[in-house]
Amino acid sequence: MEATKKDQQFIVSVSPHVRSDETTSRIMWTVSLALLPALLSGVWFFGLKALFITASCIISSIIFEHLYMKIVDKKSVVSDGSAFLTGLLLGMNMPASLWSFSPFTAHVPVVASFFAIVITKQLFGGLGFNVFNPALIGRAFALISWPKAMTIWTEPTAALLSMDAKTTATPLGILKEEGVTKLLEVFGDKMSLYTHLLIGNRAGSLGEVSAIAILIGGLFLLAKRYITWHIPVSFLGTAALMAWVLGGKGALFTGDPIVHLLSGGMMLGAWFMATDYVTSPSVKNGQIIFGIGCGALTMLIRLKGGFPEGVMFAILIMNCFAPLIDRSFKSKVFGAVKQTKAKEIKQ
Amino acid sequence: MGLATFKGGIHPPDKKIFSANSPIAASKPPKIAVIPLSQHIGAPCNAIVTIGQEVKKGEVVGEPAGFVSSPVHASVSGKVVAIGEFPNAMGRMVNSVVIENDGKEEWTALKDNPDYMSLPPEALKEKVKAAGIVGMGGAAFPTVVKLSPPKEKQIDAVLINGAECEPYLTADYRLMVERPKEVIEGLKILMKILGVQKGYVGIENNKPDAVAKMKEAASGSGIEVLALEVKYPQGAEKMLIKAILGREVPPRALPMDVGVVVQNVGTALAIYEAARFGKPLIERVVTVTGEGIAEPKNLMVRIGTKISDLIEECGGFKDGVGKVISGGPMMGFALSSLEVAVTKGTSGILVIPEEKVFHADEFGPCIRCGRCIDACAMGLMPSMLSVLSERGFYEEAKEYNLFDCFECGSCTYVCPSKRPIVQFVRLAKSMVKP
Repeated sequence: MEATKKDQQFIVSVSPHVRSDETTSRIMWTVSLALLPALLSGVWFFGLKALFITASCIISSIIFEHLYMKIVDKKSVVSDGSAFLTGLLLGMNMPASLWSFSPFTAHVPVVASFFAIVITKQLFGGLGFNVFNPALIGRAFALISWPKAMTIWTEPTAALLSMDAKTTATPLGILKEEGVTKLLEVFGDKMSLYTHLLIGNRAGSLGEVSAIAILIGGLFLLAKRYITWHIPVSFLGTAALMAWVLGGKGALFTGDPIVHLLSGGMMLGAWFMATDYVTSPSVKNGQIIFGIGCGALTMLIRLKGGFPEGVMFAILIMNCFAPLIDRSFKSKVFGAVKQTKAKEIKQ
Repeated sequence: MGLATFKGGIHPPDKKIFSANSPIAASKPPKIAVIPLSQHIGAPCNAIVTIGQEVKKGEVVGEPAGFVSSPVHASVSGKVVAIGEFPNAMGRMVNSVVIENDGKEEWTALKDNPDYMSLPPEALKEKVKAAGIVGMGGAAFPTVVKLSPPKEKQIDAVLINGAECEPYLTADYRLMVERPKEVIEGLKILMKILGVQKGYVGIENNKPDAVAKMKEAASGSGIEVLALEVKYPQGAEKMLIKAILGREVPPRALPMDVGVVVQNVGTALAIYEAARFGKPLIERVVTVTGEGIAEPKNLMVRIGTKISDLIEECGGFKDGVGKVISGGPMMGFALSSLEVAVTKGTSGILVIPEEKVFHADEFGPCIRCGRCIDACAMGLMPSMLSVLSERGFYEEAKEYNLFDCFECGSCTYVCPSKRPIVQFVRLAKSMVKP
């Protein structure tokens, strides 16, 4: 007994010897779960074709991720859920009409997934090293390559098997082309407009329409501390402020911030796209700057630019600045401010 | 308002339940005591005994070789049988004095001082120095050095660190519950030595009975006992000072730069015993605990006792032991052998069964989630430090305040990619000059 005890081998490794049970894959799968209400609302309003599009994005993303890792002879990391999440977000950013649009456009999700996973993520070094949000680049690529197919919007039919929905304009499209009076005309009155936008009964990308469903997912992530308030609040706050100040016709301070907050990709962008860990700053003060930038650019594009919607480009532009923001903010070293103060006092 | 604390930090499960209710019991004196001549930060001692010499308990066997050093004493009475290199807990060879215990437990002549508080500060300080007292929280920095601040540093507060923020460990907790009066007396002596009016004891709020006992012992003395938020690393000097006094120690500065001296609970007790009884530091409380030990205990252990003896005294290992750690799970180090001696800085022995050992052989890329930044008590960006160090950009790591990291391990604990961030920091620190 004594001898065996002395001969016993122990595991020797460096401290700390305990770790939290949080893992990268758990984060990815939890965020995916948080997107479920928004996805389901998309399926509810646009039918099963919404699900088909999302599924084709997810499956192609996973396949491309796996193939790339095989080709460069690295261990496949599909199980970390990051390719799944990219595919899911990409799919949710596409119009449901893509499925029934003729000529045949089923290749769009596949090519967009390739661009998201291989070009945007893997060629920049893989998970953690991409500069841009892969799903948004995938969507931007699709939008530029197939501008027509990516901007055919259909009316929500709330029928699962609907295949031939009427095409229509998005609320933001109406707002841009014909103004707020027309928008109110289409939806009845202000309350009806707000309600439609809140529950998602409107044209738009299949996963962005229901503000309430996105909010449920966002608040869930907030409660789980997977994201903090900094980016969503500064993003939405800035956008609301700008919509109110500059969004009115003719006079300042007459815009309708609620319409802008609830329409387009604002909610999905602020809660799920801008909060992507890899492509946003990691320092809290920096996140506020990042959010303000996203909000301001979105509204600038919506109000003054050529596109009705600006969330995607705003986030992508701010993605470029994320490393720079992190660098310039760093974080405040414990005791550092007091030291400079002490020096000043001495002088 | 919440309890006093600092910004950042983490909440690992505290696991103190294993040993918290076991009163401090005297451990069996070792048959052979291996007493390292370097148990502290600073110059190793010179042996002043020869092989074959009879020594008594408490007799000096190693004299300090410089200002930052501390004498070591015989922890048993008996015969010196060897002087030479023996491995210490870190695996380094350290010059040590080996004493064979004759079982007589004969003390060397100690000077009793019932009226110790009337001694002049210098005489009290001399007693602390002669007793070989070092910081017993783990760092083992010679206490007398902390008590000798340069003249221009005006000290106005002494803090006793009762946070014991490392999970599992309960040595300080038991001392505060069982011997609160003596700990408070130790603090009073410290205040007298430093000529300070303000004394504080900071205790994490997961030890409410320790807070109550210490408050009772301190009543009427003007010493404040504060309950602190339970958060690792609350017991780090800088974090403790921030929580109790609201002062921030500037980067690379010492507590004395903001007028504070911090001492551990065990150190305060040792100071009391040195002043009152002239007793040198030859024993300390060691928590032997963890899921892998049969009977977790808090033991009063002689310096020089082998760790294998302590394990045996606690009923041995349960089946499938994986890791044996000296210290706590956050900053302790894993032992490769149990045939090493307990030193003045050994606060605990933690046994983790194999199935609970975290294997760090694979880790993922940094996903910039920022959890480590939120956890860092020093306000650093561990994510950047680890990425830069991983790529060999050690100089650039300095721009991210590499040398302000005190390696508490909070970043590594929270990292979802399981990156060995602290180890990357250690690597970078070893590759560049501050």
